[in-house]
Amino acid sequence: MSRRDKRRQGPASAIPTDARNAETAQGTAGEDRVELSRADSKAVRQRSVRLLRTLLHPVRVRFAITVALVVLSQAAKVAGPLLIAFGIDHALPALDDGGWLPLAVTGGGYVLAAVAASWLTAAYLTATARLSQAMLLDLRIQVFRHTQRLSMEFHENYTSGRIISRQTSDLEALRELLDSGISSLASGLVFMVLTAVSIFALDWVTGILVLLSGVPMYFLSRWYQTRSQAAYRSSRVVSARLIVHFIETMTGIRAVKAFRREEDNAARYDELAEDYRRVTVRSINLNGVFQPGLVLIGNIAVAAVLLAGGYRVLGGALEVGALLALLLATKRFFQPVSQMAMFYNSFQSAQAALEKVSGLLEEVPTVRPPRNPVPLPHARGDIRFNGAEFGYGDGPVILPHLDLHIPAGQTVAVVGATGAGKSTLAKLMARFYDVTSGSLMLDGVDLRELSTADLRRAVVMVTQEAFLFSGTVADNIALGRPSATRAEIEAAARDVGADEFIRLLPDGYDTDVNKRGGRVSAGQRQLVSFARAFLANPAVLILDEATSSLDIPSERLVQEGLHRLLGPAENTPDASGSGDAPAHNGARTAVVIAHRLSTVAIADRVLVVHGGRIVEDGSPEELLAGGGRFADLHGAWQDSLV
Amino acid sequence: MANHDTTLFSSLARIGPQLKPIMWRLIFGLLSALAASVVALAIPQVYRVLVNTALEPGSGTGALWLGTAVVLGLGIMEAWLLVLRRQLVIAPATTVETRMRTSFYRHLQNLSVEFHDRWGSGQLLSRAMSDLNFMRRWMAFGAIMLVVTALTVAIGVGLMFSMSWQLGLIFLAAAVPIVVFGFTFRRSYGRASRRSQDQAGDLATVVEESVHGIRVLKAFGRGREALDSFAGQAQELQATEIHKAKSLATFSLVVTLLPELALAAGLVVGILLVHGGRLDVGTLVAFFATAAVVAGPVESMGPLLSMTLTAKTALDRHFEVMDAKSTVTDPAEPVRLDTVRGALEFQDVHFRFPDTPDGTPDLLDGVDLELAAGETMALVGVTGSGKSTLLNLVPRLFDPTGGAVMLDGVDIRRIPLAELRSCVSVAFEDTTLFSNSVRDNVLLGAADHPGLTPDEVLEQALDVAQAGFAHTLPQGVDTLIGEEGLSLSGGQRQRIALARAIAAKPAVLVLDDPLSALDVNTEERVSGRLRQVLEGTTTLIVAHRPSTVAMADRVALLQDGRITAVGTHTELLAGNDHYRYVLASLDTEPRDLDSGFDDELPDDLGTGPLPVAVRTDPPGPASTTAKRTTK
Ligand SMILES: Nc1ncnc2c1ncn2[C@@H]1O[C@H](COP(=O)(O)OP(=O)(O)OP(=O)(O)O)[C@@H](O)[C@H]1O
Ligand SMILES: Nc1ncnc2c1ncn2[C@@H]1O[C@H](COP(=O)(O)OP(=O)(O)OP(=O)(O)O)[C@@H](O)[C@H]1O
Ligand SMILES: [Mg+2]
Ligand SMILES: [Mg+2]
Repeated sequence: MSRRDKRRQGPASAIPTDARNAETAQGTAGEDRVELSRADSKAVRQRSVRLLRTLLHPVRVRFAITVALVVLSQAAKVAGPLLIAFGIDHALPALDDGGWLPLAVTGGGYVLAAVAASWLTAAYLTATARLSQAMLLDLRIQVFRHTQRLSMEFHENYTSGRIISRQTSDLEALRELLDSGISSLASGLVFMVLTAVSIFALDWVTGILVLLSGVPMYFLSRWYQTRSQAAYRSSRVVSARLIVHFIETMTGIRAVKAFRREEDNAARYDELAEDYRRVTVRSINLNGVFQPGLVLIGNIAVAAVLLAGGYRVLGGALEVGALLALLLATKRFFQPVSQMAMFYNSFQSAQAALEKVSGLLEEVPTVRPPRNPVPLPHARGDIRFNGAEFGYGDGPVILPHLDLHIPAGQTVAVVGATGAGKSTLAKLMARFYDVTSGSLMLDGVDLRELSTADLRRAVVMVTQEAFLFSGTVADNIALGRPSATRAEIEAAARDVGADEFIRLLPDGYDTDVNKRGGRVSAGQRQLVSFARAFLANPAVLILDEATSSLDIPSERLVQEGLHRLLGPAENTPDASGSGDAPAHNGARTAVVIAHRLSTVAIADRVLVVHGGRIVEDGSPEELLAGGGRFADLHGAWQDSLV
Repeated sequence: MANHDTTLFSSLARIGPQLKPIMWRLIFGLLSALAASVVALAIPQVYRVLVNTALEPGSGTGALWLGTAVVLGLGIMEAWLLVLRRQLVIAPATTVETRMRTSFYRHLQNLSVEFHDRWGSGQLLSRAMSDLNFMRRWMAFGAIMLVVTALTVAIGVGLMFSMSWQLGLIFLAAAVPIVVFGFTFRRSYGRASRRSQDQAGDLATVVEESVHGIRVLKAFGRGREALDSFAGQAQELQATEIHKAKSLATFSLVVTLLPELALAAGLVVGILLVHGGRLDVGTLVAFFATAAVVAGPVESMGPLLSMTLTAKTALDRHFEVMDAKSTVTDPAEPVRLDTVRGALEFQDVHFRFPDTPDGTPDLLDGVDLELAAGETMALVGVTGSGKSTLLNLVPRLFDPTGGAVMLDGVDIRRIPLAELRSCVSVAFEDTTLFSNSVRDNVLLGAADHPGLTPDEVLEQALDVAQAGFAHTLPQGVDTLIGEEGLSLSGGQRQRIALARAIAAKPAVLVLDDPLSALDVNTEERVSGRLRQVLEGTTTLIVAHRPSTVAMADRVALLQDGRITAVGTHTELLAGNDHYRYVLASLDTEPRDLDSGFDDELPDDLGTGPLPVAVRTDPPGPASTTAKRTTK
């Protein structure tokens, strides 16, 4: 019989590649655009301010205290000069009369004021740090949690580098604002208000002049705001690109080297880094106009006060001394302006960053836990697809129509050509995705009605890529069940035949596997992921090519272990005493995807997937006898074993 | 992460060479910053003169206009000097930053795989981004302001001395404990800032892993645990940051309090001096006025110093990576290969990973293996026996710790890296595709082939790897794949990676288990085509399955770090127990050897304890593509 089938490959879905430039500002769509329409711009601004506000809300008391500390420390600083004046005006003459008390008061008062001022300064520095760190931690956790919640669909379209950039360099911008901003804004404002009041008290004409200077300042700020908004926005976009490229290179470094990508990559990186430099310079230069501009306006105001006051002095309407005081006060009034400009600058930068972060937070997971979950503490493992249909995103349909029932305890092998949709089927069962129409039920409950905890306890999938996290081997296995004891972890490793190699590692189970498990071989990585699944011990175990990189002896060991685990009789997983232990003791349902048909040997039933449809379904013997695709595949496999 | 104990100056001095070309601009920037502060100080003096001399009621307006003009002029000048400082400094500072960033990236690309295995990408990223950002800000602002501030304080103190040496001395006395305290602050703050930057880098690594490992986290529903551990680390970072802030706050406390206390003493002493007639009131007032001017800069010393210390750690972290030497380097005296035949030979190759404990034998413990030009050799061994490691030696991702790998009789360490890698092509066991179109991914390493257009090369490669599905993708071979593009199935990815290795048309092809994710039919088609195409290409192919082995002319068995047997599949199967163990099942040992086609299926299929059916009849490699009927 001929196994030479035509070239048929699963259709592939089209993802909207230009979504990030889309004409919308909702969520992360359109986040690469710099020029936004007025409405969009306003919407993202508001979104980012809202985020800032929600971050401030839980720490508002601390915020108030910090501001109070800032104000008080300013007040204490003002006391110093007053005491000097008092000393010279009163203590000195008193001393001439032999009175020591005023001198003592002056000295003591000065010491007190100094102690208070420095203590308050130190206190607000610490308070600011606490405040900003609290907000930062809050946001970090929020973003992390949210990215974990987002569905696979999102993750497959949104590069990891972007998420990383959102969680690192974007948060950095917020941190700068929080660290420098609060105190300079508060102290600056307080200072300006107090000075303005004192100016008005001295002379209202000058007061009006000073207030008038607010008009050009306002326009300058408006100008700066619109310009810097665009500049900082593009800075976030470009830095994300830089980070995406960086991360991609570092994670694929072997391929980069082997295929001599270094030069091309470096050229691309140079380009991106230069872009980044340009937008950075642009934003700094804007600030470089803004800040001196404010200083200039202040200086002109001083000159105006001098001129106006001078005429009145010449006319005899104003005392010379008063003019001098007014001039000094006006000058002082504008002193914090630079600081406030700096604050505004970090504010703009942080706001642009928060626009992106809040966009990410706005993304709604397409696969959501239900509001009112149906509890399923002890799943049996009965799976049923009812007229299920599925396609990735708005791409083509991958699984056109699926009716399938897998009774609890059955071991099902799924075979088929590459790209046929086997992994897709598995991903649906693990609820990485939701079916587009129809339904998928576990023990008669729609997967969409199960709480995440129940679902994950019941269904576990070993994915095609064996990913290890940096950390020890034991940690990696324990991911299957964090509450597991060391003995349980080792037992799981023994069950899959991983124990032997683990013990030979320098520190045994405590060996660090390095980033992405680079410390162990590909097959060993698969063994560890397998051990994870054994430890998790779920009602439904899905294995997607989980033994593809193993040698035959190891594969056989795994098969034996699997057989023991799946077989109802001798299965005694010890799961007592741990809260999240699955405690599943009946027969397990297993869905095994494999190209090596050795797996099929332990299957009760075989499904042949072709072009997203189940074209054959039956016990291995039936299918072999039937002489269809499976018999065909099996024959080829048998031949290949030579 | 080596040496944390560099001194402040030695660390900062290391950007010296980077700064050389922009030195003058920095100096002028510094001067304009100084000038700006001088101008700012001068404006009040002008008022004084004006008020004292020109503004008598009834006198002419000329002097007033003049005075106003001067004040205005000075004001404009101050603003202009501010602009000037930025203009002078910003562009060169960002240029230096960018240059450091790109050379950092280049250096990272050159560093050996061994380095990358140890360093998390997040940690590297934080060094490339935030550390260098910080360094730039320090260079353009912190360093200049530190000098300006220090100068202002020095001048102010000088002025104060000139007014009254007694009061000046009192003020200066406060400086002694500050300096002493400054040293301890420098140490403790420096250490904390190092810790916080390292923690931030580690946190970025956690983020990176949580994103790349999202499938595993989701499959096991471990988002909660991942979050907890992330939160734990974030809290550690938070604690460090707060510790840092406290340390800075204490320092600020000392730096502002001590001079103020000295001033309090000065005030009392000053009044007494005036009382005793040894000082006049005017001088006392001027002294305190100057002290008030100095107070601002003194206060900003704390933050500026902390900024400098943080810049130091940032630089330390930068140079830590820049100082790492690539262990795999271009030869000093390269040998050029004109035409590469592709004869590959391993001569007594030893290899051990750096972290292997003493006393354990080398992972590769004297590998001797010879591949004739054009030969296809399969490499077989149990999981973890070192097959991938051996393969990685060929494109020099690692260098052997002993012995040599020879290409056409030349030690590959004497061939320029780029040349070596252009005649060796690899398909890794973990497929890495880049964010690029299918076309670009496949043609990644492909050089120009005489007589073939890139499209033809692409077509051929896709055809051999049975990756024709690429044409059915939404935009055909121009569809973007990789992380930023379309997700493909496991087997689809593997075939693209295989096509990429083939498209390079190398002299030596190194394939690490390249068919593991393919179904039997596809595998058979791929291996059939591969055999044709690889005629004339030296190929080393790792195999876990007999089907892959069948593509090879000969098979080498890797066992305990050595090649213990080389021969045809048939020979080894007949004569080598370990080979049978690795590639077949021991229970179907020789008795099956000559039993011909055994088409019976095991009866116990589905229930038997050891259900792997393995057949060990020995057809020659040539017959492997022949079809036989099963049932
Ligand atoms: N995340 C995704 N987005 C869009 N299309 C996808 C995605 N994942 C898979 N596809 C497409 O869906 C089809 C089925 O893929 P699937 O991964 O289910 O195949 P498979 O049967 O597991 O193949 P293999 O044996 O190669 O792993 C393929 O054409 C693939 O390109
Ligand atoms: N970076 C590393 N540092 C230390 N030890 C390592 C490192 N990489 C691999 N090893 C160890 O070296 C041994 C050989 O690994 P290698 O990847 O070469 O195995 P392999 O033969 O390719 O196995 P597989 O068939 O599973 O792919 C393994 O035991 C592994 O634990
Ligand atoms: Mg798959
Ligand atoms: Mg390997």
